[in-house]
Amino acid sequence: MELTPDLLKTLYRYLVTTRTLENRVATICQSQNANDPLIVGKGYLSAGQEAISVGAAHALRQGDWLAVGHRDMGAHLVRGITPQEIFAQYFCRATSLTQGRDENIHFGCTDKKILGFISHMGASACVANGLAAAMKYRGDPNFVLTTFGDGASSQGIVHESLNYAAVFKLPVVFIINNNGYAISTPVQEQFAVKNLADRAAGYGISGILVDGNDVVAVYQNALKARDHVLAGKGPVLMECKTMRMCGHGTHDSAGYVPRDEIEAWEKRDPLLLMKEQLVKEIDFTEEADKKLSLEVNELIEAAWQAAAKASGPRAEDLLTGVYTEGNLSDVNFRGRSRML
Amino acid sequence: MVEMTYGGAIRQALFTAMAADDDVYVFGEDVAKFGGVFGITKGLYEKFGPKRVKNTPLSEGAIIGEAIGAALYGLKPVAEIQFSDFITTAMSPLIDVAANYHYRNNASLPLVIRMPSGGGMRIGNFHSKCLEAWFYHVPGLKIVVPSTPRDAKGMLLAAIKDPDPVLFLEQKKLYYTVKEEVEEEYFEIPLGFARTVRAGSDLTLVTYGAMVGLGLEASQEASKQGISVEVIDLRTLTPLDEATLKTSLAKTHRAILLHEAVKRGGVGGDIASLLMENCFEDLAAPLLRVGAEFCPVPAAPALEDAYLPSVEKVLAAIDRVMKY
Ligand SMILES: Cc1ncc(C[n+]2csc(CCOP(=O)(O)OP(=O)(O)O)c2C)c(N)n1
Repeated sequence: MELTPDLLKTLYRYLVTTRTLENRVATICQSQNANDPLIVGKGYLSAGQEAISVGAAHALRQGDWLAVGHRDMGAHLVRGITPQEIFAQYFCRATSLTQGRDENIHFGCTDKKILGFISHMGASACVANGLAAAMKYRGDPNFVLTTFGDGASSQGIVHESLNYAAVFKLPVVFIINNNGYAISTPVQEQFAVKNLADRAAGYGISGILVDGNDVVAVYQNALKARDHVLAGKGPVLMECKTMRMCGHGTHDSAGYVPRDEIEAWEKRDPLLLMKEQLVKEIDFTEEADKKLSLEVNELIEAAWQAAAKASGPRAEDLLTGVYTEGNLSDVNFRGRSRML
Repeated sequence: MVEMTYGGAIRQALFTAMAADDDVYVFGEDVAKFGGVFGITKGLYEKFGPKRVKNTPLSEGAIIGEAIGAALYGLKPVAEIQFSDFITTAMSPLIDVAANYHYRNNASLPLVIRMPSGGGMRIGNFHSKCLEAWFYHVPGLKIVVPSTPRDAKGMLLAAIKDPDPVLFLEQKKLYYTVKEEVEEEYFEIPLGFARTVRAGSDLTLVTYGAMVGLGLEASQEASKQGISVEVIDLRTLTPLDEATLKTSLAKTHRAILLHEAVKRGGVGGDIASLLMENCFEDLAAPLLRVGAEFCPVPAAPALEDAYLPSVEKVLAAIDRVMKY
């Protein structure tokens, strides 16, 4: 895929939108009334690592599936989840993707081919395999992209899933966003290999190491990985190195991260890097950047205010939807079109 | 005696146990310098150092595996599972290895697994479940569910001394919300004994964990209607203190089982059956259960409130039993 000016600008716009949306989540968390909070629970932000989610999701085509982690706001936006839907989710509104039954980043959207988020770290990897196996079964020319953190990569299910995908040559791209920390635990207390991509050899699959702050590099490598898995050459393990530039959640000030580590990474902010590239390579100016910020800001302001107006779920609906109504042949699969 | 929160009492117990016995050590995700996500292990790392307070990779299965092996070797491991919900990823070592080890191999596994459990905090299904019925069904595991700071401290110290695998289900909602005066020095509250929290003569309300407070509230309401409710805090589910329950039922002849876990398939159903089998002649009315509704734990406040047991639901059950 050619890197047209439009594509570069689109990537940047998603980075800015993700950052703006999540900054708004953070400010609401800080300023809200504790007795009647707008945001239920905490915010989990992707500050500093937006490029992984945005870049990787751009490699998806319509029939492909996405199995997200908890720092994939960018991928949700790229896949077409709207900021208003995201705020409705954060506010636990009845109109949210989980009907207010779950909160913050604990959602997905089957119609948009996003696996409902699984909080048990790493567990999405095994489901990604299932989706990929079904694609292969049907002969569909699609693949599954799944992302998770360095911490999640310690889970047994991740190792099992990589091995399983390798054996069946499943069209799955496993992306590890190695952002330095799992809550407070630094990577050196999480694993002893230098690069997580090196693990690929142990499963007999391809591993790629990518700069996770370079959205174009992530995008291009994800495309390469997509071609690889669709050519039947087996799954790919792609490690994107980055840094979590915030606490684990909005309640965590990340006091355990050394100051100089943060300062070093601040210089490599993915938004900054991308902007520099735009200015250097195409006709992008400071002015255009300001205009974009204003536009995105307005969009986000309108989104959260509209979501705040929606009503919450009703207690009467507590027990609806635990099971599917009707039998399988009655179920309206909507966008899933025989996807089950 | 000093005033301690429920969470503070657990931390105190860990300090006390580690100071008393070099074989006790603590490990789990983020438990070292960070002090655990609920702050329960705060200060342990500074006092006891990296050998005895250890962060682990994000691997519950491996954590339980270490606990089993270390216990077999003679240490007294205390593992933390960050949220009880995540124990599901470690079920095989726990159920297939730890639980039946003594029975099959005649060797003890003195390990403790601390797990923040339960809901009411608006943090959704992945972080709020009460899974004790899963473990209650498995012979060989001991299950402790303390409801007060004093019990939390005394029973954690007893659990660490216990020769068998103990699941210590901390009620995370209570961590910073309940306080009481607790002895500063070492003391144990033996496992397997219930506590009568409030004496009564008309009906026995059997409960445990975060529901003890709710049960007390309901019993106070009931007393305004002239109904005298005896509230029993089970404190441990395995071993179960059947004797205290039988004695109470011989006096009140009626009982309600209350727990936060989903009612269907819960511990309450089993205890109700057990009481029917063993107190057959004493019973003046059928037993009723009150528990959470049969759906995943929802996050929206209105939904979670409707999901959880409430004073009203307990009072309705009391009314029904008393009118029988
Ligand atoms: C199986 C499991 N254990 C524990 C947790 C609690 N927990 C939530 S996020 C997290 C750290 C995740 O770290 P990582 O995978 O590196 O992702 P990051 O937050 O850095 O993006 C932990 C331990 C969990 N969600 N799942």
